[in-house]
Amino acid sequence: MIQDRAYLDLRDVTKSFRGSDRPVLRGVDLSIPRGELTALVGPSGSGKSTLLALLGALDRADSGVVSVDGLDLTTANRGALARYRQEAVGFVFQTFNLLRSLTAVENVEVTIPEDRRARALAALAQVGLADHVHKLPHELSGGQQQRVAIARAIARRPALLLADEPTGSLDREAGASVLALFLALRKELGLTCVLVTHDASLAAKADRIVTMADGRVAS
Amino acid sequence: MIHAKGVTKRLGNAQVLRGVTVDIPQGGLTAIVGPSGCGKTTFLSLLAGLDRADAGELVVDGIDLVKASEAEITAYRRDRIGVVLQFFHLLPTLTALENVAIASPERAAAWLARVGLADAADRFPAQLSGGMQQRVAIARAIARTPALLFADEPTGALDQESGRVVFALLKELSRTVTCVMVTHDPALAAEADRIIHFADGAIA
Repeated sequence: MIQDRAYLDLRDVTKSFRGSDRPVLRGVDLSIPRGELTALVGPSGSGKSTLLALLGALDRADSGVVSVDGLDLTTANRGALARYRQEAVGFVFQTFNLLRSLTAVENVEVTIPEDRRARALAALAQVGLADHVHKLPHELSGGQQQRVAIARAIARRPALLLADEPTGSLDREAGASVLALFLALRKELGLTCVLVTHDASLAAKADRIVTMADGRVAS
Repeated sequence: MIHAKGVTKRLGNAQVLRGVTVDIPQGGLTAIVGPSGCGKTTFLSLLAGLDRADAGELVVDGIDLVKASEAEITAYRRDRIGVVLQFFHLLPTLTALENVAIASPERAAAWLARVGLADAADRFPAQLSGGMQQRVAIARAIARTPALLFADEPTGALDQESGRVVFALLKELSRTVTCVMVTHDPALAAEADRIIHFADGAIA
């Protein structure tokens, strides 16, 4: 029998940081199917953001298995990890991380290797900003800036979109609109999304909720 | 290199700049100092083509920033100048080297070495100290060899020692690229080649 492995598959994942005697992740087991939007919730310090960083290959687990579409990020070599990070995954944060002196379209272009302008414009259209491509970040609202950041994250057509408190610095309406965008993108582009959030009303709209507590998956 | 005459700027209800007149020659490091709210950061935003003056003359490196088209201003921002801010604005998912490569893929490694971070090329911003992150940001800002480098409180988020290192780097770079730096730190300003004092929206 062929076992249908989950798209994201984490087994007994641990992670500690130097200078701290308490592990941040203490044996995380988690499976997430392709094409779903998962909300990762739990108290501050429960390990959500650390888990997201491992999924995005921004850091490595100390032990266990972090498998994304069959690639084990804990054992992959540096070249494979760099390719994965650049091509297979998009990342969005609470702070938009836009470059202040670049226009919206230039901000999207920075991570695209070729055919930059066309692909950046397509990504901005995808997030509903076709009319704002030449504006500077400070000429856009917070919600629009986050949409530029999302356009940058999806411009290379990744299979996985990770978001760490993407609505955390937005008002309620803008936050709901950004979440609606994630839901639409997961459908239109077939993206698998994992979103860390403190907002229970947003989490309730996800396909599934994973609750973390004290470095483990609680439910 | 920079010619400003009677530059005014209103933001909301506040007349932030009330007629700034100043000339800054090519080369060296110029510090802009003054109390909070005096307009120095707004003036730097105008110099960097991030916003437009309401009236007056503002010519930088031969470009008339008051009359230039949007396309000319965009090209000016991209090719003629570099900008460094208090918070480093590095992309967290890119390594130090990749962050510099945004500006120039070919010269990224050389510039990273130039700011003393060749060994940190593969590290992510979160794995670097604040001072190192700012040096990456400076490498990115100068990677296209701009004529001017504008820095807004580049040491403001750093401890004293890291701030010193970053300032020394800017000072050294200012031998080849004209640097204008807004700072609150009088000790750093005192080491600049020239100081411009702002007060209440004009040169004091």
